[in-house]
Amino acid sequence: MSDAGRGPYFTLLIVGGGLLEGFGLAYSGMARPEVVLDFLQLQDLGLLLVMGAASVTAGVTFWAATKFGDRAPLTGRAYTKRVKSMDRNVAVGGVVFGVGWGLSGICPGAGYASVGIGNYQILWGLAGMFVGAYAQGYWRALRSSDSASSVAAD
Amino acid sequence: MTALAQVAFAPELFPNGVVQYLVGGFFVGLGISVIYLGSGIIAGNSTFLETSLSYVSKLPRFNLPRFVQSRDWRVLFTVSIVLGAVGYKALFDPTVFVTEVQWWRLLGGGVLVGVGTRIGKGCTAGHGVCGVGSVSRTSIANVALFLGTAILVALGVAALGVTP
Repeated sequence: MSDAGRGPYFTLLIVGGGLLEGFGLAYSGMARPEVVLDFLQLQDLGLLLVMGAASVTAGVTFWAATKFGDRAPLTGRAYTKRVKSMDRNVAVGGVVFGVGWGLSGICPGAGYASVGIGNYQILWGLAGMFVGAYAQGYWRALRSSDSASSVAAD
Repeated sequence: MTALAQVAFAPELFPNGVVQYLVGGFFVGLGISVIYLGSGIIAGNSTFLETSLSYVSKLPRFNLPRFVQSRDWRVLFTVSIVLGAVGYKALFDPTVFVTEVQWWRLLGGGVLVGVGTRIGKGCTAGHGVCGVGSVSRTSIANVALFLGTAILVALGVAALGVTP
């Protein structure tokens, strides 16, 4: 999982990908909590199309790269799909995240993009996310010093 | 594609049309695809929270080698997401948007988003876009749960008369 071989091209790649994603999040309206809450209250199902279009685009890329590609040019990593192991945490985490998303109308990526559209109020949400991530890590560290079962990066 | 069929049969479900949603979603997928093709990295958005804590916390939990290794590019990635949204504003809608959703909802919801995405190994991007795009059963289960829960909570909050 090392990201060896980083250089200016890797930096450009990350910046380019981030710019595209941030643009898309803003364009789709997802960076506005009101739009997300409208969706979650079933007033406007547009966000299903955002997730659909994004996952089809990414999915076709993953499929093509794993089928026809070999290794990524900038890191030498093998192309893989995103398949995490299923356990109770996936279910518990999904529900807890769902409560938070339903209460606030923000998720991490959309929260970052929201800063870019001038929404300074979203900093409440981002602060909360850091607090939550810290609390979860702290609690986890208390429960076990075994890092082998830790959350994989994604 | 059922969604598109619904557009034809139930336009009231899409009062603002579908174009901006499809185009925006495509760009989100494109950003993920670009990074993936160049580096093989499947970039989610919530891991940034955890890896960035390693800059300020000595807790071993946040200083796992793979976190410290990826934290710099994740900061760059997140800043680029912010700038991409700035770019959208500059090109299409040069007004500042400020949400009217109350601060306590954003803060409380944010805490739960932080906890839940870390327990559940991903967020809307990691599970919802990349995991679903990988046809991962784990991710599909996670998405079904967070989507269903969020809909119930959002409807519940609205029913209690909390606006905005």
